Amino acid sequence: MWEYTDKVLDHFKNPRNVGEIEDPDGVGEVGSMACGDALKLTFKLDEDGRIADARFKTFGCASAIASSSALTELIKGMTLEEAEKVTNREIAEFLGGLPEQKMHCSVLGREALDVAIRNHRTGQSSKKILEGKVICNCFGITQEEIERVIRENDLSTVEEVTNYCKAGGGCGACIPDIEQILDETRQQKTEAPAAAPKRRLTTVQKIHLIEETVDREIRPMLQKDGGDLELIDVIGNRVIISFRGMCAQCNVAQFTMKDVVETKLREFVADNLVVEEEKI
Amino acid sequence: MDVYLDNNATTRVAPEVIEAMQPFFTELWGNPSSMHHFGGQVARYVEQAREKVAALLGASPEEILFTSCGTESNNTAVRGATETAGFEVPIITTRVEHPAVLEPCRHLGEQGYMVVKLNVDASGQIDVEELAETLSHGPAVVSIMWANNETGVVFPIERIAEIVKQAGGVFHTDAVQAVGKLPIDLSRTPIDMLSMSGHKLHAPKGIGALYIRKGTKIRPFLLGGHQEGGRRGGTENVPYIVGLGRACELAKDALDDEMTRVTALRDRLEAGLLERCPDSRINGDREHRLPNTSNISFQYIEGEAILYHLSDVGVAASSGSACTSGSLEPSHVIRAMGVPFTAAHGSIRFSLSRYNTEEQIDYVIEHVPPIVERLRKLSPFVNE
Repeated sequence: MWEYTDKVLDHFKNPRNVGEIEDPDGVGEVGSMACGDALKLTFKLDEDGRIADARFKTFGCASAIASSSALTELIKGMTLEEAEKVTNREIAEFLGGLPEQKMHCSVLGREALDVAIRNHRTGQSSKKILEGKVICNCFGITQEEIERVIRENDLSTVEEVTNYCKAGGGCGACIPDIEQILDETRQQKTEAPAAAPKRRLTTVQKIHLIEETVDREIRPMLQKDGGDLELIDVIGNRVIISFRGMCAQCNVAQFTMKDVVETKLREFVADNLVVEEEKI
Repeated sequence: MDVYLDNNATTRVAPEVIEAMQPFFTELWGNPSSMHHFGGQVARYVEQAREKVAALLGASPEEILFTSCGTESNNTAVRGATETAGFEVPIITTRVEHPAVLEPCRHLGEQGYMVVKLNVDASGQIDVEELAETLSHGPAVVSIMWANNETGVVFPIERIAEIVKQAGGVFHTDAVQAVGKLPIDLSRTPIDMLSMSGHKLHAPKGIGALYIRKGTKIRPFLLGGHQEGGRRGGTENVPYIVGLGRACELAKDALDDEMTRVTALRDRLEAGLLERCPDSRINGDREHRLPNTSNISFQYIEGEAILYHLSDVGVAASSGSACTSGSLEPSHVIRAMGVPFTAAHGSIRFSLSRYNTEEQIDYVIEHVPPIVERLRKLSPFVNE
């Protein structure tokens, strides 16, 4: 069994602020069934712009439930400016600490809060948006997210990065990339990451490049789990694909795998591509 | 009430086994190889234990090699047979084997051996025709488990053994979960090697055995001494060997009970839980399954959370969820079967033993549904 503190066990067994607020001012939904934990956070502001109520629903282990409960307790009464400064470390500390391998539960809480605040301010989607370069394909973790957990928690090893945000915890193919990000972030280099090639492509060139990228970047990672993908068609900027094998049965495919494929294709081919799944 | 339903992980040591082992710590502590009476009087108990293990398996005593655990038995068999056969002979296994087989295979793959992993279908069964097809390219070392530790699914091992032998291959089976739970008769089944473990059948941890059919060539895994006919170096772990012998004797007597009463308890548990917990499902081939194992997915909730609540009411089980293993992905067995993620993370394995009672099972049937309901109230995937 894990070494959970009494406070973790208390918040797991008697979670505070469970549920969903009707007509909320902000909603954040992060994680997925595939990743093993998911959190939906809703909050309501009072007249002074402070968080009057925050509620959660969580799918996950004991520490994921406890972290969500802790998050809602922490942010109640805060202004959004105060709330956006809450780090995953504060959530873990509120609970008297979490086992190292469970720190990603506290990061999940912080992410939900970020998304909910963005949702309130901009009206953008209540779901996490994959922005930038995806490093870990298994869990859909971007470079920016990895850099942030490294900075906020002063991490120095790949194992720690995996504990804090799951990156590298699946097939392990991205471990060299994470090592590099660790080096760069710790040296506080500020150079921008390599930009995607942005040349003008003819349709034939584009299809070739998409095929190459699928073969090199995407197919090997799907095949590791007994899945595959077929390129059906390219119409303008629309790339039509179909998942095969294990991927076809995976009911999270539409919102994680499609996003990962799209992000990869945008990175290596053209940044205006839209991936669509062929409906059979 | 304390209810232990995690017997595929480990079992309580039978009191009769402890009793049988006791003298080998206090009076009979000699080295069985020694040329004096301290050792000489001990050697014969080792041989008696060997006979008891052989009797449970339908083997000859000289075909039994004592090891330290099931993992050592599997490593010895898989690595020993493959390295003896040479680089041109591939190894065939399945995606749902225990890590004690998968990891040696991965290691051999890195060294340049060809490793083929057979898929399983949604019920966790392999396609025997696919195996036959794979073997049509030439002989191979084949390692396929008798019964799966997570789902209890039993493979058609007799049929598989025949196919492998017809193709001129070497066949090893990891029977750690099957021995003591299913009737096994190696005199009638052409299996070359079979692994078993003591602590899965009420002997202590730290003792296992490997059956090696007469004439099967394998390279020893532990080098260093003439013990076990030169097949495994290291002074015999006498008390534990005696314990394993006694446990096998008890298992042979209890086999009927296992096949009838324990099966009935398992079925009662399953029926009770499926009836009271909506959106739950059995993972694995219900027709061909160990008598003691039930793997149930409670959809939309996560396994570790279920286990902690269960532990609070005294019930011990295990889960294929990612969080319980410390890894980040759900069990490779459940994933290989294509169980949807909505159910994979919430899979709970209940594994019974002959020490369980009907009263205990009814207690579990009563206590699981409120836990499932409670966690579903928290789940964002359940609409109120």
